[in-house]
Amino acid sequence: MLNYLARRILVMIVTLAIISLMVFVIIQLPEGDFLTSYITELQSQGEAVDKQKIEYLRAQYGLDQPLWQQYLTWVGGLVQGDLGYSFEYDLPVTVVLGDRLLLTIVVNFFSVLFIYIIAFPIGVYSAVRQYSWGDYGLTLVGFLGLATPNFLLALILMYLANRYFGTSIGTLMAPEYLDQPMSFGKMISILEHLAVPVIIIGTAGTAGMIRRLRANLLDELFKQYVVTARAKGLSEGKLLVKYPLRMALNPFIADIGNLLPQVVSGSVIVSIVMGLETVGPPLVKALQSQDFFLSGAVLMFVALLTVIGMFISDLALAVLDPRIRLQGGAR
Amino acid sequence: MSDRMDHFVSTEPFDPQAIEALSPEQERYYMASQWKMMWWRLRRHKLAVISGFVLLVMYVSVVITEFLAPYELSTRNVDYLFAPPQGIHLFHEGRFVGPFTYGLEQTLNMETLQREYAVDETNVQPLRFFCSGDPYRFWGLFEADLHLVCPAEDGTLFLLGTDRLGRDMWSRILYGARVSLTVGLIGITLSFILGIVIGGAAGYFGGWVDSIVQRVIEILRSLPELPLWMALSAALPARWSPIVIYFGITIILALVDWPGLARAVRSKLLALREEDFATAATLMGARPRRVIARHLLPNFMSHLIASATLSIPSMILAETALSFLGLGLRPPVTSWGVLLIEAQNIEAVTLFPWLMTPMVPVIITVLAFNFLGDGLRDAADPYK
Repeated sequence: MLNYLARRILVMIVTLAIISLMVFVIIQLPEGDFLTSYITELQSQGEAVDKQKIEYLRAQYGLDQPLWQQYLTWVGGLVQGDLGYSFEYDLPVTVVLGDRLLLTIVVNFFSVLFIYIIAFPIGVYSAVRQYSWGDYGLTLVGFLGLATPNFLLALILMYLANRYFGTSIGTLMAPEYLDQPMSFGKMISILEHLAVPVIIIGTAGTAGMIRRLRANLLDELFKQYVVTARAKGLSEGKLLVKYPLRMALNPFIADIGNLLPQVVSGSVIVSIVMGLETVGPPLVKALQSQDFFLSGAVLMFVALLTVIGMFISDLALAVLDPRIRLQGGAR
Repeated sequence: MSDRMDHFVSTEPFDPQAIEALSPEQERYYMASQWKMMWWRLRRHKLAVISGFVLLVMYVSVVITEFLAPYELSTRNVDYLFAPPQGIHLFHEGRFVGPFTYGLEQTLNMETLQREYAVDETNVQPLRFFCSGDPYRFWGLFEADLHLVCPAEDGTLFLLGTDRLGRDMWSRILYGARVSLTVGLIGITLSFILGIVIGGAAGYFGGWVDSIVQRVIEILRSLPELPLWMALSAALPARWSPIVIYFGITIILALVDWPGLARAVRSKLLALREEDFATAATLMGARPRRVIARHLLPNFMSHLIASATLSIPSMILAETALSFLGLGLRPPVTSWGVLLIEAQNIEAVTLFPWLMTPMVPVIITVLAFNFLGDGLRDAADPYK
């Protein structure tokens, strides 16, 4: 197990290093940098440009250095928790993002939890009662969930809430808690506001998860060992839980590898549409204004989220399945 | 020796073909080509056939958009800003008049400072068919003004209402289809080529090529797609012409999407290259390119087409999302995502819900591609 753990951590670090390189290349792709466009914008408005400040920032963040050196500085900062400086907000990125990092984790965590809690019983039901009305109905709902893109679902729900209840559902907490430090009351408020975004983000993932669990379980349900157990007189409920369900559970957990990137993607765009206090909205703004320390930090953060999530799911699998633990984890 | 049984000889005339003879139906089945059998399989999947038909209609409409749309893409009806959808009626005061719309009466509500539209039930505006309306350049090639349907002279025909500039939503959705539907096709073609070439190389050569490709695929698949797409399309310079941006977006879509296909190609090739027919081809001096393209690929082409069909929706959605966020296509290029930009303002949507209508074709297209892909996947292996 220790061996497996060590290897898995090494792989994760290498992956993150490569991702950081990719992110750096991507955020450097646009022509010019924020400072250049900032200067031209100021000039077009006829404002005086504070040359000294620009030069200071340029030197401070090493924008006059060769690219590879900039990359090393950037990664070095990331490792030490210095995410760089947001030109747009004129604040360090850590301050701009602030609580948003934690809230992003909260939203994604609850979305994944929601998906598993909903998908599990429905998937089992659909498989055990294959071709029943319940199965057909749930399959149809699942298909609709798959086909309705979550940002459109967010729009529709926001419209309905606005139209029929006169309320806006586009925040993660009651207004009085905005910009407040984390407290018990704030936490409760966040949990109360979490339901709608979590359902919206989770829908597509839930639908896919149900279909996969159903297929996995159906593969197992008619195998001979199940027939044998039934012939020996095991009750249906016990039989299901003891044998086929355990076999179908592994892929269900391993699937988090497909699920997480999808959930994180979804949470980004849903947050933008609904204006949630996660890293989504600053990302769009930063990308539009070439505020590359900010966009780079957000991109790295969402990548980190999925990579660490997968690491945890791999560990869970290793604990559940001795074959992976002992063979050193060829998935 | 004498108590041995007599040798049995049947008195029936001997027909050497007796077992091999097939009924015409069996013969048809056994002699059918693989693609024919796939078609038979697919035909049984009713939902897939209907979806295929819907998609066919949509793609044909894309070819003749200018003719189908009652208005031109950017025609502004300045007297009808945010006009509500107009219904089409057949009977006026119990008398059959053929399809017509009632005129719209506009008043300005001085309290809310909003335009309010009332249906004027005395103003009957019969629709005209195969008529000359807004002039357009068909695919930018030649001038014409023939439309399938136009409003009456001085009348209006806003099937789905108008937007903030008084442009007809229905016509704009038809024009938007041209961009939204082709983005997916071009994107998937590129991603298909990338997937086959890269996955093919990894699967056929194995060894270090394989491990490198595997790692790259793993990393790309572990990244959330949408933020990556957003960052890449934000890197497209704003001074590029709309058409170049369009191709840029399709390339970006393909760049992030290929790993899924490449993985499928790789695993199939790994299994197939050990088969005898592949060895035989190699021994006869065929080069890798030929072995892959002529002997291995046709074996699982149908699977690839099915999985490609299933990944078109994600591309269409990605384009919609990117344009919606203002990072993808920009006006004057019009796609469904660009149309939905207008629906970002929740107050506007509450007052003018028809601004959300471009969602409907998006959802229909995605559903149709999903059903068709599902059917294709079941049909992909007709010998099972």
